[in-house]
Amino acid sequence: MEFRNSEPIYQQIIDNFKKQIIRGELCQGDKIPSQREFAEKIRVNPNTVQRAYREMENMKMVETVRGQGTFLIAGAQMQAEIKKDMAGGVLNYFITEMKSLGYSRTEMLDLLSRHLDSEEGEK
Amino acid sequence: MIELKDVSKKFGTVQALDGINLVIPRGKIVGLFGPNGAGKSTSLKMIAGLNRPDSGEVRIDDKLPGQRRDIIAFLPEIDYLYSWWTIKDAAAFIRAFYPDWEEDKYRELLKFLNLQEDMKISKISKGQRAKAKLILTISRQAPYLLMDEPLSGIDILTREEIINTLIRDYRAGEQTIVISTHEINDVESLVDEVIFIDNGQVKLEGNADELRAQKGLSLAEIMKEAFRNAQ
Repeated sequence: MEFRNSEPIYQQIIDNFKKQIIRGELCQGDKIPSQREFAEKIRVNPNTVQRAYREMENMKMVETVRGQGTFLIAGAQMQAEIKKDMAGGVLNYFITEMKSLGYSRTEMLDLLSRHLDSEEGEK
Repeated sequence: MIELKDVSKKFGTVQALDGINLVIPRGKIVGLFGPNGAGKSTSLKMIAGLNRPDSGEVRIDDKLPGQRRDIIAFLPEIDYLYSWWTIKDAAAFIRAFYPDWEEDKYRELLKFLNLQEDMKISKISKGQRAKAKLILTISRQAPYLLMDEPLSGIDILTREEIINTLIRDYRAGEQTIVISTHEINDVESLVDEVIFIDNGQVKLEGNADELRAQKGLSLAEIMKEAFRNAQ
């Protein structure tokens, strides 16, 4: 896992798990690494990993069972919500940047659909 | 908790610390950043009880540093190991001083960092010496670990090994590590609190992730910005 040093690391850890959920690489009931294992693997301060895990627990994404480990509890509904949420974030970024380049709504939509067309054409 | 309250220290005409105020809570890995001569080493030595403030107070868990040597492990920047020593000799020296020495951990760290006990200090590389110093410091079960420039002048692979060792061995929540360094890029994901000091004063401090969220910059960039504003 590569981090961008200009963004909170605990947030990037959470986003990484969210992406794994969206892609179906992590499913309800799956065990995720212990905080200690994970901190060593991604070479991050264990306190930061602890913060990410705590937030995921608060969001009801994961649950820690004493003596057994941390498990994914997010179901299909949550998976869909996370996906929508993350897509919304990408879109917001896209729209803000395009607006700052002076694109109108129609121009944006037009450019986007042409771009998608040419991408599909390449396949 | 480590506290420096309005601490000043002068060496000759040089004002090393100029009314510095610092609070370092327990259970965090704290990066102490700043240019050469900012007061990083002086602060760390003072916390370790190796020099005294001209004015102001230093407290470790409400006691004077001199009374708390048993709970502080200090890794100095200078090469304090005698050249004729082997790593074994150095370990015996530290073991005799500190009852919290953990022999098992020492042996395990030697293996993890590829060092042998019979290696002579004068014969090993700079990177190996840095690793030996690290082992001698963290083989103690001290709740406070102070490290003065443990990464400076060492190749990147050894720096990574040192950081991996720190992460691997860190007792989350209970142990406090204060690490001074110029190599901010190397420790971006290691530290959770940062203190930027310059001219013997704190210029900026806070939680690493909160600072990134506020500024949208890396710690290295935030430090550069802080110093530009300070001048």
